[in-house]
Amino acid sequence: MLSYILRRILIAIPTLILVSIFVFMLQKLLPGDPVLVMAGEERDPEVLAYLREQYRLNDPLIVQYFHWVGNVLQGDFGMSLRTRQPVATLIADKLPVTIQLAVMAMIFAFLIGIPAGILSAVRKGTLTDYIANFIALSGLSIPNFWLGIMLILLVSVNLGWLPASGYEPLWRDPVRSIETMIMPAFVLGTALAATLMRHTRSAMLGVLQSDYVRTARAKGLRGRVVVMKHAFRNAVLPIVTLSALLFGELLAGAVLTEQIFTIPGFGKLIVDAVFNRDYAVVQGVVLCTAVGFILMNLIADVLYVLLNPRMRQSL
Amino acid sequence: MSVTAVAVPARSRSRAWRKLRANRAALVGAVLVAFFVAIAVMAPILPIPDPAATDWGKIRLAPSTQHWLGTDEIGRDILSRMIWGARASLLAGVVSVAIAVLIGVPFGLIAGYFGGWVDSVIARATDALLAMPFLIMAIALAAFLGPSLTNAMIAIGLSAVPIFIRLTRGQVLAVKTEDYVEGARAIGLGHLAIMTAYILPNVIPPILVQATLTVATAIIAEASLSFLGLGQQPPSPSWGSMLNTAKNFLSQAPWMAVWPGAAIFLVVMGFNLMGDGLRDALDPREH
Amino acid sequence: MITRKLLTALLASAAMTGMAQAADLRIGLQEDPDVLDPDQARTFVGRIVFESLCDKLINISPDQSFVPELATEWSWSDDGLTLTMQLREGAVFHDGTPFNAEAVVANIERSKTLPESRRKSELTSVESVAATGEYEVTFTLANPDATLIAQLSDRSGMMLSPTAAEELGLDLATNPVCSGPYKFVERIDQDRIVLEKFAEYYNADNYHLDRVIFLPIPDTTVRLANLRSGDLDMLERLAPSDAAGVQADGSLQFVSAVSQGYQGITVNLNNGARSESPFGKDARVRKAFSLAIDREAVNQVVFEGVYAPGNQHVPPTSPWYDERHPVEARDVAAARALLDEAGVDRLALEIQAPNNPVQMQLMQVIQSMVAEAGFDISIRATEFASMLQAQTAGDYQGSQVGWSGRTDPDGNLHAFVTCEGGLNDSKFCSEDVDRLLNAARTTNDMDERRAIYAEAQDILMAELPIIYLYHQTWLWALRGNVTGFEGYPDGMIRLAGVRVE
Repeated sequence: MLSYILRRILIAIPTLILVSIFVFMLQKLLPGDPVLVMAGEERDPEVLAYLREQYRLNDPLIVQYFHWVGNVLQGDFGMSLRTRQPVATLIADKLPVTIQLAVMAMIFAFLIGIPAGILSAVRKGTLTDYIANFIALSGLSIPNFWLGIMLILLVSVNLGWLPASGYEPLWRDPVRSIETMIMPAFVLGTALAATLMRHTRSAMLGVLQSDYVRTARAKGLRGRVVVMKHAFRNAVLPIVTLSALLFGELLAGAVLTEQIFTIPGFGKLIVDAVFNRDYAVVQGVVLCTAVGFILMNLIADVLYVLLNPRMRQSL
Repeated sequence: MSVTAVAVPARSRSRAWRKLRANRAALVGAVLVAFFVAIAVMAPILPIPDPAATDWGKIRLAPSTQHWLGTDEIGRDILSRMIWGARASLLAGVVSVAIAVLIGVPFGLIAGYFGGWVDSVIARATDALLAMPFLIMAIALAAFLGPSLTNAMIAIGLSAVPIFIRLTRGQVLAVKTEDYVEGARAIGLGHLAIMTAYILPNVIPPILVQATLTVATAIIAEASLSFLGLGQQPPSPSWGSMLNTAKNFLSQAPWMAVWPGAAIFLVVMGFNLMGDGLRDALDPREH
Repeated sequence: MITRKLLTALLASAAMTGMAQAADLRIGLQEDPDVLDPDQARTFVGRIVFESLCDKLINISPDQSFVPELATEWSWSDDGLTLTMQLREGAVFHDGTPFNAEAVVANIERSKTLPESRRKSELTSVESVAATGEYEVTFTLANPDATLIAQLSDRSGMMLSPTAAEELGLDLATNPVCSGPYKFVERIDQDRIVLEKFAEYYNADNYHLDRVIFLPIPDTTVRLANLRSGDLDMLERLAPSDAAGVQADGSLQFVSAVSQGYQGITVNLNNGARSESPFGKDARVRKAFSLAIDREAVNQVVFEGVYAPGNQHVPPTSPWYDERHPVEARDVAAARALLDEAGVDRLALEIQAPNNPVQMQLMQVIQSMVAEAGFDISIRATEFASMLQAQTAGDYQGSQVGWSGRTDPDGNLHAFVTCEGGLNDSKFCSEDVDRLLNAARTTNDMDERRAIYAEAQDILMAELPIIYLYHQTWLWALRGNVTGFEGYPDGMIRLAGVRVE
């Protein structure tokens, strides 16, 4: 058991090293000279040369890479070329925003996806099943950014019910914080809800057909009890695992949603940094997202083992 | 999306085909896709105005009998742009997935078949690539290659490669210990022959399912990139770039935003329905 | 228990927002500003924030004449090599450091010597600056420089607390300490910049807001939706397509001012291999291109008629506009004739433009207009970062660029069209133009300068290294309860006298 987890962690190390290389190369791929962007309207050659020197842009790539990794290992992610704020501060500022968005999206996804999944599994082949399936597929098929724009148009511009953009930290003004996050969280949550619904449905179908549930039914237990107490409990395992995986994906999926709703989180930070050629920010934030993703995968794997008694024994 | 791993022996193919035809949802999907493919192919011969023809006198007109879907910010017919835009979307979906399959499947085959350090290297690289946010990868690649539809397709295709490596590898691992593969090895067939003749056919069905579903994702990805200005270039239309422009005229001309979004939704829905149908048809288990 | 706690929290926050709203001004910006250090800053939007945060030696009035701010009066020596300034007494920086001649000297020296300074080229003429009294400074110039006053009315003239500058160095950017009417409270990247009233400001009575909050919201539709819903009190750079809607809305106000800047197409005349085309080498072809454009129609179609069509480096409303070269009407036949004269049948050209929808719309309109004369344009939509690089490297034929504009006409011209100009990406080079534009810097007499510019203008209008298209109009939208705001041609937001009622 413990050795399995250890092995899992050890495997994550080369992955992390590769991620760091990819992240580093990613920004080197970007065309355009960051120094020109930094210089802006004024382009004094002397200043350009100085900046290039300052940000070590003249060093060989490999030197730049080791310099960067060395600093990152000491917790120094460098400084934003655009605002001179430390990248670590930016990450600390933005992470809670995106996590709040992801958690709220997750709540939406659970509230919609799981009941719909159970319902459509229990009523398999009925109209309810088809409708639930259709809604789930719609959630998967609708482009996030379009849904966002349409909601802004309808709810904010036409009806004036919710703010069209912005962010307020939860601790500063909880009501407003939730108000500003409802639409983006919903948009982000739809695709997830669909995925969850489909997985819940198939997990439930599998369990409902098992001998175990058939026995429970044969014993004369009432339908609802069977579904909730026996079937769902067994179907919950793959759902939990999946949720951990989805959470990792959410962090990445927030990119466009944050852009549309002007939410100052990770996604917006990355996109703006890419367009501004803010190398240090691109590197730091993408690295963080990737590490988060790997962590969530690790957690999913470990959870799977912990929650599955059979797996536990076999290890 | 995870795909149920199944090896389908050839004799069950006809059964799969029967099941697929009986699946009404898949049929709807196929009809949707066929519809968009048809209008995309027929775009040059349809009696519609030039999608790039501007008319200063007809800016942002609401839908009417003359312009069924209205006109855009420089007086072009939106219906015509939608039809031509279907080409960009479908092409982007199919080509980028083709790129991903052509690169991903061989790597997956090699990793799964040979195992050992080759497998470890490919598997770790795949893990690492999967950990990078998909859209960010695509944005960076598209920015690197320069904004154009072709480059957007390459960017999306490359970003989707790890999905196919991982899927293929898993399939190969499931198949390679089967008796018939062992048998082929026993009679001394070469690696390449075993991979292409004995393993690949069993890998194809789930790849097919995944590819269909990835086309759906790729179409959305192309729209997203075009929405960010990194896809199709003007004056050629694409649904994503139409949305990008429409965003500025939401309150004055909401129809500009409605049509492209609805079209993306329908075509993606079509591919998803088809993918689901294929999956069910190829699944030997009966629910 | 928990409910009660929550309720109290809710009430408290409601009370807080209720109270705060009374004298808060929430301003929606189109972009997130960059470095908040005037010596390192480079963006237009950053200047908007500085206007409330950092006082300058000199300011401008709505009609673009220079007015006192931290300098109360100034005078030039007869040879134009010495500028003497009297300074305001009683002004203090946000950290309590008094403002005096020593502070000015320290600031000008920082702008000139800090390696990261982006102000060096603006202050090249300044040889030295000395405190000649507690409240008097004297600038000694290497050569006469009529543009210096304008530079001192912008970022080069912004005064930082010398104590803070010494102590914080480059980190001043994250905690700027100036002497403006509002002082820095906090900045959350891409979310907000908060300033609060500086009670010791010398003119504090004229500033009625307790807090000023800048919120970057890049999407114009979303920005306007926020204004309509009351989440913003005002916004800058309203989209022209929304202007009519705002004007018709009784609960909103609309303010506009024609900018000092321009938008146009920079032509690659001599910057590497890509200049080798009739477009780069034959002025007649550029003239034909210009004639094929209906600037008034562009303004109507793309900008709903709210911007100003233009053909020079300054808008027709500017005192520096050369009336002898008015905006020409479209003349396709004349354009065609010029192309024939140049021996060009049809010319394929690639023009790069920023990949935002408005610029794309503009380029597509121009694309279809010039097609009638014989130009086959392909538009290369480029991200801003790539575009800048392509432009400096000469990897372009034409480039659709703009300039936010400067108060002195020199700031719109010299760096772009003189042979060694820092922003001269077209690599246009004419000895005569160099001589004239340098001469225009040496005199402070407006008529004399106008005559010199007229002579340069004749050459530039014939050569067309930059084909000017239009001048942006700064558009502001405000809630009905905001009073006292006035639009300036530099696009800044000046808050003196502004109230929220």
